[in-house]
Amino acid sequence: MSFLILDQLTKAYGDVIAVDRLSLEVAKGEFVSLLGPSGCGKTTTLQMIAGFVEPTNGRITLDGGDLLSVRPNKRGLGIVFQSYALFPHMTAAENVAFGLEMQHVPRAERERRVNETLSLVGLSSLADRFPRKMSGGQQQRVALARALVIRPRVLLLDEPLSNLDAKLREEMQIELRQIQRTLGTTTILVTHDQSEAMALSDRIVIMNRGRAEQIARPDEAYARPASEFVANFLGKTNQLAASIRETDGRKVVSVGAVVWPAADGMHCGPATVAVRPERIALTANGGVSGILRNRVFHGSHWLLQVETDAGAVTIIRQNDGEALPREGEAIRLSWRAEDMSVTPGNGSDA
Amino acid sequence: MSAATFDRRNERVTLAPYLLSGPALLVLGTLLVIPLVATAVLSLHSFSLYKGIQNVYNFDNYVDIFTDPYFYAIYARTFRIALIVTLLSILLGAPEAYILNRMRDPWRSGFLLVVLGPLFISIISRTLGWALLFGSTGLVNQGLVALGLIDRPLQFMYSETGIVIALTHVLVPFMVISVWASLQRLDPQIENAALSLGARSGTILRRILLPQVLPGVLSGSIIVFALAASAFATPAIIGGRRLQVAATLAYDEFLNTLNWPLGAAIAMLLLVAILAIILGCNRLVERRYAQVFE
Repeated sequence: MSFLILDQLTKAYGDVIAVDRLSLEVAKGEFVSLLGPSGCGKTTTLQMIAGFVEPTNGRITLDGGDLLSVRPNKRGLGIVFQSYALFPHMTAAENVAFGLEMQHVPRAERERRVNETLSLVGLSSLADRFPRKMSGGQQQRVALARALVIRPRVLLLDEPLSNLDAKLREEMQIELRQIQRTLGTTTILVTHDQSEAMALSDRIVIMNRGRAEQIARPDEAYARPASEFVANFLGKTNQLAASIRETDGRKVVSVGAVVWPAADGMHCGPATVAVRPERIALTANGGVSGILRNRVFHGSHWLLQVETDAGAVTIIRQNDGEALPREGEAIRLSWRAEDMSVTPGNGSDA
Repeated sequence: MSAATFDRRNERVTLAPYLLSGPALLVLGTLLVIPLVATAVLSLHSFSLYKGIQNVYNFDNYVDIFTDPYFYAIYARTFRIALIVTLLSILLGAPEAYILNRMRDPWRSGFLLVVLGPLFISIISRTLGWALLFGSTGLVNQGLVALGLIDRPLQFMYSETGIVIALTHVLVPFMVISVWASLQRLDPQIENAALSLGARSGTILRRILLPQVLPGVLSGSIIVFALAASAFATPAIIGGRRLQVAATLAYDEFLNTLNWPLGAAIAMLLLVAILAIILGCNRLVERRYAQVFE
């Protein structure tokens, strides 16, 4: 049975629908991300779970009980805010202890749990510092410890890493995942960063204009995006002009001179083929021909920008020491049939 | 602009800050510092009814003030009034600022105008307005009698109560602005953070909001206290000639008794006392909050 259930959750501000009939079931201990561009309703959803925003419609059930009838200060959820919202007049330890004080935990146990949690986030030595005297990363850890120390039923993270620099963000991602695994806390993360969502979550909810476009495991959503929006939001995708026709009684899809078998149900006519940049290989003969226009070095890999008759293509090549074609050189591209998805029609020109 | 170019430019024109603040310093110097110094010097002269101001330097005036219970009572009244006005301003102004801060426009702008209203009205008409309200046949007394709360009119005019009410009315806006400024620096999510940790609204107010606006309350208190202790027009009109405060006393010594040196000494003592109290408070605030707030 699911631990946290959002059922047809809707929030409307006047005519604007921020969240539109969102349904989601989260298992106990699961890490689920709400991912989407700003204004997609992900933060509103989080705030409805937290109790700061009242839903227009729908239900939220936590551990079999109705959550919406519980006041926000009785919900027992741990929340890490984007701004951290630490109490500036309290030291790190006092910040963390606050939630336990509210629960009337006896002093001795309180101190033990505060120390435990601070060392869990690696801040034991800074317990007596005020937030203002701490770096962004340290403040972030205090905020996390403050939310975790009350042993929340669900941990809600609202863009917790967006104020950190790239390197620190990556470190915190790994740490956050480890802590979450160790404690087994059911966690909902709100983020606009697709790589963060994919790195951390068991499942991702990709949201757009208040609706869930796809709810899936990260690798699943990446490999088989349910919509064009998802395909473009999760990683880069090349879109190539193709056509579907019938030869010898079988449907085929062709890009330039290259032909793949197509599903029988498809109508003949123009189509769009989508392939991920890392799934395209350079080949000596056959394949789609193109001209290498630009190559950009990224350390661990190269980005190649290729111009083909079917449209511009970006390719990722691992920096494995093999020689690369030079800019301006004619090259040939190939990919396996299972690495592409075919959509009938002209698609977008993106 | 990068830090490097900024530094280089600063080095080249180190005079610029002084030149730019020159005009203001000049005005401040001629209109404030010189008269103050002159007053300080004047307070050391002595005065006699027949010979006028004597060009001598001694501390006789100060000794007079410190040894005469008459002056002591007036200073005590001055600071008692200032203290009560400050406390009332906190009690009224801090909640007012909190409510204002939670309001949405257009309500907020409207009510802000109402709160700042007393500052827009000339001190004379405002104070005379209070005099009309306070009189034994004034609106306040008539209303209280009509409501059956009192039998006979209360004495507001020529009383400390009257002065306190009128001063609080005009000084509360300073407290509101000061507290509001510190409320606006609060993280908008901070109340939600406390809420999610299980705090009730009373606890949030006491444990989270109050400690954070305390610096604003203290700086507002400093402003209100200084203005209340040195107020002249309100005590002069509401308090009349009988109920003197330090400012009206100094005025009387200058313009009625013509004992300028004594008036100057009274004024200097008032200035020093207010400065000492303000600097003391400020030191306290800074030491207490140095590592908490910027």
